[in-house]
Amino acid sequence: MENTSQGTIFGINGPVIKVRGKHAFQMLEMVLVGHDRLIGEVIRVLETETIVQVYENTTGLKPGEPVISTGKPLTVKLGPGIIGNVFDGIERPLAQVAKNTGIFITRGNVMDNLDREKLWDVRILVKPGDYVTQGKVLAEVKETESVNHKIMVPPNVKGEIIEAASDGLYNIDKIIVKVRDGKQVHNLTLVQEWPVREPRPYYHRLPLDIPLITGQRVIDTLFPMAKGGAAAIPGGFGTGKTLTQHQLAKWANADIIVYVGCGERGNEITEVLEDFPKLIDPRSGRPLMERTVLIGNTSNMPVAAREASIYTGITLAEYYRDMGYDVAIMADSTSRWAEALREISGRLEEMPAEEGFPAYLPSRLSEFYERAGRVETFNGTEGSVSIIGAVSPQGGDFSEPVTQNTKRFTRCFWALDKALAYTRHYPAINWINSYSEYNDDLSDWYSKNAHVEFTDKKKEISRILQEEGKLLDIVKLIGSDILPDEQKLVLETAKVIRQGFLQQNAYHEQDTYVPVKKQYLMMDSILRLYEKAMMLVNLGIPVSVIRRSGVFDEVIRIKYNISNDDLGAFDELNRRLEKTLEEIEAEYK
Amino acid sequence: MCGVVPQVLVFTSGRIRKTMNVEYMGLKEISGPLVVIDGVKDASYEEMVEITVGKNKRLGQIIKIDGELCVVQVFEGTRGISLENTRSKLLGKPLKMPLSKELLGRVMDGIGRPVDELGEIYPEKSWDINGEPINPVMREYPRNFIQTGISSIDGLTTLIRGQKLPVFSGSGLPHNQLAVQIVRQAKISDTENENFAVVFAAMGVKHDVAEYFRQSFQKSGVLDRVVMFLNLANDPVVERIVTPRCALTAAEYLAYEKNMHVLVIMTDMTSYAEALREISSSKGEIPSRKGYPGYLYSDLASLYERAGMVKGCKGSITQIPILTMPNDDITHPIPDLTGYITEGQIVLDKNLSQKGIYPPVSILPSLSRLMKDGIGEGYTRADHPQVANQLFASYAKVQEVRALASVIGEEELSEIDKLYMKFGRKFEENFISQDFRENRSIEETLDLGWTLLRLLPKEELDRISPDTIAKYYDISESGAGDF
Repeated sequence: MENTSQGTIFGINGPVIKVRGKHAFQMLEMVLVGHDRLIGEVIRVLETETIVQVYENTTGLKPGEPVISTGKPLTVKLGPGIIGNVFDGIERPLAQVAKNTGIFITRGNVMDNLDREKLWDVRILVKPGDYVTQGKVLAEVKETESVNHKIMVPPNVKGEIIEAASDGLYNIDKIIVKVRDGKQVHNLTLVQEWPVREPRPYYHRLPLDIPLITGQRVIDTLFPMAKGGAAAIPGGFGTGKTLTQHQLAKWANADIIVYVGCGERGNEITEVLEDFPKLIDPRSGRPLMERTVLIGNTSNMPVAAREASIYTGITLAEYYRDMGYDVAIMADSTSRWAEALREISGRLEEMPAEEGFPAYLPSRLSEFYERAGRVETFNGTEGSVSIIGAVSPQGGDFSEPVTQNTKRFTRCFWALDKALAYTRHYPAINWINSYSEYNDDLSDWYSKNAHVEFTDKKKEISRILQEEGKLLDIVKLIGSDILPDEQKLVLETAKVIRQGFLQQNAYHEQDTYVPVKKQYLMMDSILRLYEKAMMLVNLGIPVSVIRRSGVFDEVIRIKYNISNDDLGAFDELNRRLEKTLEEIEAEYK
Repeated sequence: MCGVVPQVLVFTSGRIRKTMNVEYMGLKEISGPLVVIDGVKDASYEEMVEITVGKNKRLGQIIKIDGELCVVQVFEGTRGISLENTRSKLLGKPLKMPLSKELLGRVMDGIGRPVDELGEIYPEKSWDINGEPINPVMREYPRNFIQTGISSIDGLTTLIRGQKLPVFSGSGLPHNQLAVQIVRQAKISDTENENFAVVFAAMGVKHDVAEYFRQSFQKSGVLDRVVMFLNLANDPVVERIVTPRCALTAAEYLAYEKNMHVLVIMTDMTSYAEALREISSSKGEIPSRKGYPGYLYSDLASLYERAGMVKGCKGSITQIPILTMPNDDITHPIPDLTGYITEGQIVLDKNLSQKGIYPPVSILPSLSRLMKDGIGEGYTRADHPQVANQLFASYAKVQEVRALASVIGEEELSEIDKLYMKFGRKFEENFISQDFRENRSIEETLDLGWTLLRLLPKEELDRISPDTIAKYYDISESGAGDF
C-alpha cells in the first residue's frame, strides 16, 4: 500500500488483535487497522508480534489485512468548537457520526474531530517581533457567549513571531501566527494536538484553598471539595450517583464542565443534552450547555474506546485549565473504565490481581487523579482541574478494589447509601461514612466569604448528627419514649437537620441550588432553635409540647419557604420562632 | 422507515472471497461447546460456520482467530462430533436474522428459525443480530407513561415507553404472572394501540413456562402480535447467547422500520448469564466475580441498551427483562450489573408473597429512574410525584417501627408508631396487593394513595407541599373507600 510502515493482522480476539510483520511499532502508538482503517492503539510489543487494542467493533476483520502505523500516540485535537459538543471516547463528534450513519453508530467513521468549515471571529493579540513561549496567548475567540477561547502557543514551542494575521473570520486551519525558533519555523493555527495519556505541562501548582461551591448543602457545608481537588462518589445502583453528578455539573461554580459518560446509559447522555441547553447558569445567565463538553461512550459502545474516554476528557479539561479557567470533570463511572481495563487485560491473558482486575489498576487510577490540581499556567493565569469520579462498586460493597484504590487517591469521599436512597433521602450522601480532607484547608475561605462562625456551626451540626447515630442504636432496642427529654430533643433536632438541611430537592426551583450564605443561615436557625428549646427542656417542658407548636416543621420548610434571594426573611423567622418558644415558656411558668 | 437505518455489516474490503466453497475436513480440538479448526484461510471475525456431521448440519460462529487456527462456538452443541467426522464451511457472513412483518404471530427457536411449521419467513430485510449501538445524540428521551393498571408499578415505579425496567425475582415468585398482567393491561397509548407488538425471548426456561406465556397471550387476544423466541431449558446453551439478540433485532426492525411500539420480555436473564459463564470457562478466560467473565457488564449492556426511542421515529422498544436472583441475593453479579445498566428495577419479595400478597413488589428497593420526567402535571396527575415520595418515605418509616415493635412489642409503641403500623398493613393489603385481573387507572391508584396517607396525621407528611395537602388531604372520599 501507500505506506510501507505496516504489519498484517494475525489473530483476532474481541477488541484485541495480534499483528505480525517487519515493522517495529512503538508502544502506545496509534495505528489504523484493516481495510476500514479502524483506529487502534499498540498496547504490547513482543519480539515477533504486536498487540493492538481496537476502538471499534472488530466483527468481520480478517487475518492478513494491513495494520498501518501512524508514528504518533493517540491524540486529541484542541481548538475552538469543543464546548457544547458531544464526542465519543476518542473525540469523534457524535452529531457528525449521526449525519454519516443515522441512528446507529457503525464502524470505520473517519472524520474531523472539530468542525473545519465553521468560521470563528478571531482577535489576534500578538504582533510580529514578539517573543513567545509555550502557553502564551496568541489570540482570542468567542467560542460561546460564556467562554472566551484563548489560542495558546502549544507546549514545547517558543520563538519570535515573524508573521501574524490580522483580526478576522477564520476557520480552525488558518495559520494565524508563524514563529521562528532558530532555523525552524512553526506555523500555528487555531488547533493544537496533544497525546491523551500525557498530562499537559503547567508552570507550578498552587495550594488548594478555594472551595468548589456546588450549591448542595451536604457537600458545601459538611464535606466541601477544593478547586483542583479530587472527589469520589461511590454508591450501589439506584443510590443517585448520576443524579448527584448531574447536579454538580449543573451548579458547580466552575467555568467549564467536562462530563464523561463512561460506560453508562445512553439515555443519561440524552438527558443532559435535553436539559442543559434549557438550564440557565446562575452566574453568567447563559444556558449551561455553553460551558459544557460531553464525552459519551455508553456501555454498549466499544470497550477500548471507553478506556480512552477518561483520558480524552481530562486532556480537554487541562487544555481549558491552561487558559486560566476553573474546570470540573465528572467521570461517570470510573468503575466502568476499570472494567474496560480488566476486559482488555483478560484478553491479553495477563496475571490478574484482585477480582480479576490487572495489577496496574492502582497506578492507572493514581495517574488519572493526579491530573487534578490548581496551577499557575504559563500565561500567568490561575486555572484548575477538579475531578469528581463516580464509583459503582459491585454489590454496593465499598471493600472492592476500585473503591478502595480510589479512596487512596482522592481526598473527598461522598459515600452514597442504599438505606437513605430507599427512603428517598437525596442526595443520599451518608454523613457518617463520608469525609473531606479539605475541611481544614478551606475553613479560612468560609470564615471570610460565608461567616466567621461557619466552621463552628458546622461542627455543631456534625456533633448532633453523630449523637443521633449513637442514640438511634439505643432507640432500636427500647424505643424512643424511654429516653430523657434532652436526648429526645437531640433526635428531634437531628431530624430537622436531616430533612430540612441535608435532604435537598433537585427538582425544586429554589432548593436545587442554595448559596453558601443561605446554607449558613439555615444552620444558624436550626442551632438557635436547638439552644432555645434545650433551655425549655431544662426547665422541665416536654419536647412533645415544643413539637406540637410546629417550630420544628417550620424550620424544616425553610428550604421551600425562604427563597435564595430573600435572606432577610431569616431575621423575621428567627424572631417568630423565639416568640413561639417564649410563649410556651410563659405558659409553663 | 425513519432516519438512516444501517445496512447490514458488509465484510470489509469488497474483495471477492476466493475460498467461499472450500470445506475444511476434521477438527483440531473440541472443548465443551467450542471446536478449533486448523488451516483456515480468509476467515473473518464473528463469521458463521456451517459444520456438517454425518447428515446433519450445525451452525457455529468464529469467536477467536489465531493465524490459521479458528475457535468456533457451535450453537447446537458438540455432542457426537469427533476430530474426524466433520466438514466445515465458512458462510462469509455474521449471524443474521431474516426480518419481515410476517414475524408477528410466529414462534422461532433460539437462533431465529421458525419452529411452528408455518414455513420459512420470507425476509424483507436481513440484519446482523449483534446490532449497532444507538448514537446517544439520536436518542429521544423517554417521557410517555405506560399505564399497567398495577398500583405498585404505576404509582411508585412508573413504567415509561422506551424504558428498560427489569423484574428482579426469585424462584417460586409470580414474576411470570406479573409479566403477563403487564402485557395484558399495558395501555401503550390511547390512540396507537393498533401499533404495538410483543417480542418474547425465553432463555433456558422450562417448557411449561413458555407454554404458560403462549396461552396467556392467546387468552388476552394478542397472540397475533407476538413474536416468540424459545430456547428452552434443554436446548443448547450456546444458542442461549444468541436468543435475546435475535429477539432484539426483530424488535428493532418492528420499532424503527415499522414504527411499532414493541414490548420485549426476556426471561430468564440468569440463565443467559450462566450460559455466558459456561462458554467463557470453556474458552479458558480469566473469571472475575463468582466465575462470571469480566465482560459480563459490557455484554449485558449490549442487550439492555437496545431499548429506547430514537429521533424521527414513532416506534419504541420497552424492555422488561426478568431475572431470578440466585439465593434471593440482590448483590449477586447478575442483578447487580443489571441494576447498573437498566433504568430501575421492580424487586419481588418472598416475605410479601408468603403473606399472600400479589404482586409481591418490594417497594423500597424498587425504582424507576425515568419516572421523574414522565409523571406529574401533563403526564399523570400533578400530585403524583409528591404522593409517590411520601408513600416511599412513610413505608420506610414503617420498617423502622416494625423493627422496634419486634423488640418491645406492638403494645408498647407510641400512638404515632401504632398509626404507622396500621398504615403499613393497609398499604400492603390494599395498595400493593391487587387481583391478577384488577386493572386500576392511575387516578384510582393515586386516590388510594391519599386514602392511605390520611391514616397518618398531616404533620407526618413532610414530602408533600402544604398546597397539595390542602387540596387532597381533607377532601371527602372519592371511590377508594375508607379504612
